[in-house]
Amino acid sequence: MSGSRLPDGGRIDRSAAVEFQWDNRQVSGFKGDTLASALMAHGETIFGRSFKYHRPRGIMSAGVEESGAIVTVGRGARRDPNVKATTQEIYNGLYAKGQNAWPNVRRDLGAVNSLFSRFFSAGFYYKTFMGIPPMEWGKGTGIWMQYEKLIRKAAGMGVASREPDPDIYDHGHLFCDVLVVGSGPAGLAAAVEAAKAGLDVVLVEQDFEIGGDYLNQSNTEAEQKRNTAIAELEKHGARVMTRTTAFGLYDYGVAGLLERVTDHLSEPASHIPRQRFLTLRTKQTILATGAMERTVAFGNNDIPGIMTAAAANTYVNRFGVLPGKQIIVATNNDSAYGPALTLAKAGAEVTLLDSRTSIPANISGLLETKGVTVKTGATALNANGKRGISSLDLATGSRAHWTSGDTQECDLLLMSGGWSPVVNLLSHRGVRPVWDADNLCFVAPEYDEPIQMAGSACAIWGTSDCEASGQAAGAAAVAEIKNQSASSPSAPNAGGWETPIDPLYEVSVEGKQLKSFIDPQHDVTADDVRLAHQEGFVSVEHLKRYTTLGMATDQGKMGNIIGLALMAEALGKEIPQVGTTTFRPPYTPISLGALTGRGKGAHFKGLRRTPMHEWNLAHGATMTEAGLWQRPWYFARDGETITEAYIRETISTRETVGLVDVTSLGKIAIQGPDATELINRVYSNAFAKLPVGKARYGIMLRDDGIVMDDGTSWRFSDTDYFMTTTTAHAAKVMVFLEELLQTRWSNLKVHVTSVSEQWAGSAVAGPKSRAVLEACVADPASVSNDALPFMGVTETTLKNGVSCRIARISFSGEMAYEMYVESDYAESMMDLLWPAAQSFDGCLYGTETLGALRIEKGHVTGVELDGRATIDDAGLGKMASDQKSYIGSALRKRPDLMRTDRPQLVGIFPKDKSEKFKAGSVLCADGKVEGHGDGWITAVTHSPSLGHWIGLGYINGGHDQWTGQTVVAADPVRTGNTNVEIVSPHMVDPSGERMRG
Amino acid sequence: MIRINCPFCGERDHSEFTYGGDGSIVYPELDAPAEEWVEAIFQRENIRGVQTETWHHVSGCRQWLVIERDTMTHEIHSIKAAHEGVAKVLEAGT
Repeated sequence: MSGSRLPDGGRIDRSAAVEFQWDNRQVSGFKGDTLASALMAHGETIFGRSFKYHRPRGIMSAGVEESGAIVTVGRGARRDPNVKATTQEIYNGLYAKGQNAWPNVRRDLGAVNSLFSRFFSAGFYYKTFMGIPPMEWGKGTGIWMQYEKLIRKAAGMGVASREPDPDIYDHGHLFCDVLVVGSGPAGLAAAVEAAKAGLDVVLVEQDFEIGGDYLNQSNTEAEQKRNTAIAELEKHGARVMTRTTAFGLYDYGVAGLLERVTDHLSEPASHIPRQRFLTLRTKQTILATGAMERTVAFGNNDIPGIMTAAAANTYVNRFGVLPGKQIIVATNNDSAYGPALTLAKAGAEVTLLDSRTSIPANISGLLETKGVTVKTGATALNANGKRGISSLDLATGSRAHWTSGDTQECDLLLMSGGWSPVVNLLSHRGVRPVWDADNLCFVAPEYDEPIQMAGSACAIWGTSDCEASGQAAGAAAVAEIKNQSASSPSAPNAGGWETPIDPLYEVSVEGKQLKSFIDPQHDVTADDVRLAHQEGFVSVEHLKRYTTLGMATDQGKMGNIIGLALMAEALGKEIPQVGTTTFRPPYTPISLGALTGRGKGAHFKGLRRTPMHEWNLAHGATMTEAGLWQRPWYFARDGETITEAYIRETISTRETVGLVDVTSLGKIAIQGPDATELINRVYSNAFAKLPVGKARYGIMLRDDGIVMDDGTSWRFSDTDYFMTTTTAHAAKVMVFLEELLQTRWSNLKVHVTSVSEQWAGSAVAGPKSRAVLEACVADPASVSNDALPFMGVTETTLKNGVSCRIARISFSGEMAYEMYVESDYAESMMDLLWPAAQSFDGCLYGTETLGALRIEKGHVTGVELDGRATIDDAGLGKMASDQKSYIGSALRKRPDLMRTDRPQLVGIFPKDKSEKFKAGSVLCADGKVEGHGDGWITAVTHSPSLGHWIGLGYINGGHDQWTGQTVVAADPVRTGNTNVEIVSPHMVDPSGERMRG
Repeated sequence: MIRINCPFCGERDHSEFTYGGDGSIVYPELDAPAEEWVEAIFQRENIRGVQTETWHHVSGCRQWLVIERDTMTHEIHSIKAAHEGVAKVLEAGT
């Protein structure tokens, strides 16, 4: 192939030169060029090396179906592999390289693979994985890991950047009445029809220019039609989006669009996203997605200098590039005649081979007068040439029996093996295309979707027929939306060729070994398909996976039909009986960045800060994540480590007083005449008789009898409760209460409202906690032991006039209070509490100390109530009421849940008190460290009260069964084994005197 | 993407909702025998075709809805508020 720029013509802007880099060389092109057209104009032939055999590959098409010119664009963090040179616009500074080659695509050492091609046939990976016969040498995972490193390096596509993606990507949402996909003659006509009817139209075009096949026609009439349609669309307010691919169609008229915003710009502004991932909802979709010309399998049909006839036509008419000078066109249908004329007019020497034995004399005569040599009953058999085609061995005769013919010199071979309508998007909707035996392609069947197909996507070949088809599709969409009976013009029929297409998929002659590719991107040959059949693969879906046919980045856009045809032949069936594989989204590849959008890094998930977040930081907090919340972890003083800090905080709290931010707890206002009834039904323990002014600890079960959550409920009046939940289950409890009230108990007169964000809270814990409160409230008597006894609740006023609600409840095991103020007053509350606490040598503490205090007490949290534990397993079974029915009461007593050998909550001490152990260790009987053991450790801490490490966990049968026995806390991948003993979970102050105090 | 026409908010993407579960279940009384609860909680039909299910408009009005949806096509045949009283008011209003 020796491409060159034509002196004039094309849609490129010859006044705007563009400089870019290809394989470390400076190259120039024009605005309006693709990377492929610009390089073709420079005579470039080799763009990459093939997947397995490292054969040279060149330009095969002029669009998204490209399987040869696959390149890497960009460098550093912006290196983007597997970009089709045929769709990449050039811009000043573009940096592109051929891929899958070393040192470069022109001299690639990997080409040695070609010599071993015998071993790389279909199923190579599977067979290697299974061992190499006859000795099954190399079987097994270990040796595969070794092969894999080598294979991955040699086989494959380009290499993605390992650096974080520096670009931003946006997600967006669109709504419209009619989505039109494709802006060729059919798409434009459809969009104009719908827009004229006053509908809200979005037209998307994957190319950078509107016009589709109009762009490939050199006549002024086509250009006029294009311009008129664009003007009409603008006039009627249609939204027209170029560089936008409709990559998938989904339920309810939802389409996924990818808009490439800056991929064609030299220096995009930094605030503009590289791509936008748009979710569009439409009432009607019109698919004017066109058709793709396919090739035919014959010997060496993959070498550079072989492309489709339509592609050559595009390079001449749209890009002003003549792809070759001595050209052979091989066709089995009428569509290649136009391109043959185009090329002859552009100055090439053209020979046309038609596999059909007769064509109308007027057509061949016209070609002859324009200087095209026409040979009927002839086609391509085998291409010769190493780095590009230099001559072609012809086959003569007919499809029934080919014989070897002459060899003819050429520098470009154009193939036309028929056209495949792009039915991919319709296929996304689960509509299986059917075989059109007249046009030899898959087309849409009858279907029930709000989708209209138009133009060559329906196998309609002529431009004016496509326009009429588009108009009809537009009118049909309008009729559907406006609920009118379709008075629309009827669409033209499929087809449009004078002489029927010849069903030619592969060319071979007896006794000649050929290397005929059907999926050039994955190096799948015609022989691979036959081998797969020989090895017992008869389903087309299995064929695909075994040979990897159609599994490369082009997803078989060009090769699938030939593969199916060869499979059908091997099976002795017809193509429709073999069927086709299912097309799935995305139509063309989408970057992970676009899928991710802005949801990465700090924006990956929500961030919740308590209203005293800044206050905590200002007072020395180190923060930790608790779900979405940021909570204080510990407050280190004077360079303390976390361990030193939490031990100090734990001691201070037990000896004097500590303050901890508890705002993240879930808080629900439960109000109404039936509030008590609701609470009594959802908690497993008795609540009906909870007096006004009291709080109670409660445990909620799920319907199946397993513990859902625990928390407290405070009663302010007959009809007004304040429920707290754990931080982790706040949302779940709220949703469950809403579900119960709306779906099951709609007769209850009660409202639930999440007030988690409205109240900010601090726990005040320790022997001096009451003294701290007395120093902070306006009326110290309101918090006296009489006014606010254990489990008492009060609403009172702080010294600064802020209203607060206080309950005397304890998670730490000390005398303790939880107090809440409206969120805006959080810092003012802390500004009162903290100096008071300091006057008693108190401390601020975080989740680490919270954990230490509660583990010492054997109080459970989410790690113990893990969705598997029953209330009995957690040692709280005695709290559950037998006097009432509640959610989960029926199923908590299922026989299996009542077994006494179930894992039960226990405390854990090390045998040697100087030793420590870790949460997550498996508890095993001494001498039986194996399998899942008999239990596990959920939480550990150093206990300042006891002076050694302690833990909580579950063990089969519970405390009683293991008393006095040595148990092993097995932690094989971290610290090893530690001997422990099983104790009651209530390790400090088991009688609870301190908190009642 | 399923589009759900919430009776309170209008048509919205299903990403605003969470799926609840089988909407055809009549939950037993709390004091009903365990067998009835086993039936209600664990026994589920795997329906191919139209099934009744509950959805929660959790990122919207927080109302629970009862929806008849075809499991083959995702086509929604009916939507109403799960709360009986509210559903009646809405029906009367139209």
